[in-house]
Amino acid sequence: MMNLNAIDPMGYLPDMEQIQSDILEKVLRRTEVYQYQDYTAADVQRALAKDSCSIDDFAALLSPAALPFLEQMAQKAQRETRKHFGSSVCLFTPLYIANYCENHCVYCGFNCHNHILRAKLSEEEIEQELQAIAATGLQEILLLTGESRAASSVDYIGQAVSLASKYFKNVGIEIYPLNSDEYAHLHQCGADFVSVYQETYHPERYAQVHLSGHKRVFPYRFYAQERALMGGMRGVAFGALLGLDDFRKDAFSAGLHAYYTQQKYPQAEISFSCPRMRPYINGADNNPNDVHEPQLLQVMLAYRLFLPFAGITISTRERAGFRDNVVGMCATKISAGVRVGVGGHEEEQKGDEQFEISDPRSVEEVDAMLRQKGLQPVYIDYVRV
Amino acid sequence: MQDPLVIGGHSFQSRFILGSGKFSLDLIQAVAEQGGAQMITLALRRANTGGAADVLEYIPKGLTLLPNTSGARTAEEAVRIARLARAIGCGDFVKVEVIRDSKYLLPDNYETIRATEMLAKEGFLVLPYMYPDLNVARSLQDVGAAAVMPLAAPIGSNKGLLTKEFIQILVDEIDLPVIVDAGIGRPSQACEAMELGVDAIMANTAIATAGNVKQMAAAFRLAIEAGRQAYLSGLGRVLEGRAEASSPLTGFLEA
Repeated sequence: MMNLNAIDPMGYLPDMEQIQSDILEKVLRRTEVYQYQDYTAADVQRALAKDSCSIDDFAALLSPAALPFLEQMAQKAQRETRKHFGSSVCLFTPLYIANYCENHCVYCGFNCHNHILRAKLSEEEIEQELQAIAATGLQEILLLTGESRAASSVDYIGQAVSLASKYFKNVGIEIYPLNSDEYAHLHQCGADFVSVYQETYHPERYAQVHLSGHKRVFPYRFYAQERALMGGMRGVAFGALLGLDDFRKDAFSAGLHAYYTQQKYPQAEISFSCPRMRPYINGADNNPNDVHEPQLLQVMLAYRLFLPFAGITISTRERAGFRDNVVGMCATKISAGVRVGVGGHEEEQKGDEQFEISDPRSVEEVDAMLRQKGLQPVYIDYVRV
Repeated sequence: MQDPLVIGGHSFQSRFILGSGKFSLDLIQAVAEQGGAQMITLALRRANTGGAADVLEYIPKGLTLLPNTSGARTAEEAVRIARLARAIGCGDFVKVEVIRDSKYLLPDNYETIRATEMLAKEGFLVLPYMYPDLNVARSLQDVGAAAVMPLAAPIGSNKGLLTKEFIQILVDEIDLPVIVDAGIGRPSQACEAMELGVDAIMANTAIATAGNVKQMAAAFRLAIEAGRQAYLSGLGRVLEGRAEASSPLTGFLEA
């Protein structure tokens, strides 16, 4: 295990690919001068009156001045969502295939110092899980691992992706950041979407909460989406763990990160996830969670209005009542039939959970909820070419 | 009055093509009926053969399928998607969409011409979605398109005939059916496009996002019919600026 000071959080380790890009610098520079307390109700109203939302409008919509305008934001966001996505809401489920981790992230249930039950599914076990999930009718799956190259190698993940491609039309991955040739390999195996969350975009805070492991390297993680696109992936997801640092600034950065990435790779499909701090094992050292439902919704609405074409996934960490109301309004993708331990769809789970879920509903139940709201559950919206 | 729309040798009485991507699937049949549509687009990426919420299962029998190549970023990808669509029984019609911009979803005209050429050679009846450019439309005609589908405004925007002057040029110059696709937000805009001499209208978002989608489908049907009648009857002249004196410049002429 590498110790605290062994890794420069703004440097690169020897095997980490460095690419030519100025997106990190642009995001950090704009975030640094983002003074959200300076925005007024008039700025928010001006942003809401406009047809397309500038970076400055996005800043206004994320500011405290926008909180009293949540209803207006929601109404406009709903119109945008309907315009771009119609009544469609995509369904998917995550499958954790391993939870070994080499990083010491103080907020995370999988962190390498936590004494949790570690596990990694064998190929046979993965296939059993895939079969059990496929039987629910889902066509899209997200494969997840903890961040350990040693325990869950790229080859191991590639095999899991190949297996998943047999049962699912759309395979995404949420794993540790890779080099572009490794992403290209997983793309060859059948994955086309990559989710990597920066957690916080504030470099000092990032270093404080990522004490050791490869994840400590801020820029390598930041450029994961770009390397994934260079590796041929169709789409990438962005997100900050809201509440880990100043959530307004982090949400602003995540929005810019997606904005500049899509500008550089116009064909890329982009999406957001909006996790916020939830109960975890050794959380006493962390900041209090200050992202309540109104603030979470504000962030989601601001993303929708800033990048109306982007997908937004609503986390299983939120309660059913919240999820049911944000689908169709701003969220376009919802998980169903979720287990967040390692395995657990087919047989008893082998490894512990990363976090607690708040919405245990089955695929059938989520499907019924969407239809009851006049929305269309979409099992597949993807063709591999 | 017989006034069929003929695309690639196939004759249609309706000039309303329905897009299916933004509806709840349960509504498609009623909307198609109310709109009198005979042709319906569908995204192959939504086909879930044998699975839940398969768009193909919700399309009424008797409608002509117009599968689109949504998801294609290059001509080659569009060709692959079109072949997949034909393989699962969607017929020979294909709407070519090649889009390399996830933000505005504007068609890539260059790749669209390439895809149209390849697919026409394979016997597809190709309806390319395009940005209304005369040179591109001529090229599409040359490589075997069965119609051209210029956009009126960015897709999903409901902003109406923003490219009106350019669509008029296509109507005047191109010997293929011109079908306005994308951007039509209300029946009056569909009617206006038809008055220009456009051959058909494709709409989806405008109806799918209406308060009463069935009623809006009916409104589009009526507007498209009205616009067609107006075009065929020859619109009356519109005086510009002021009333016209009898012959201010040529009154001196003797018989």
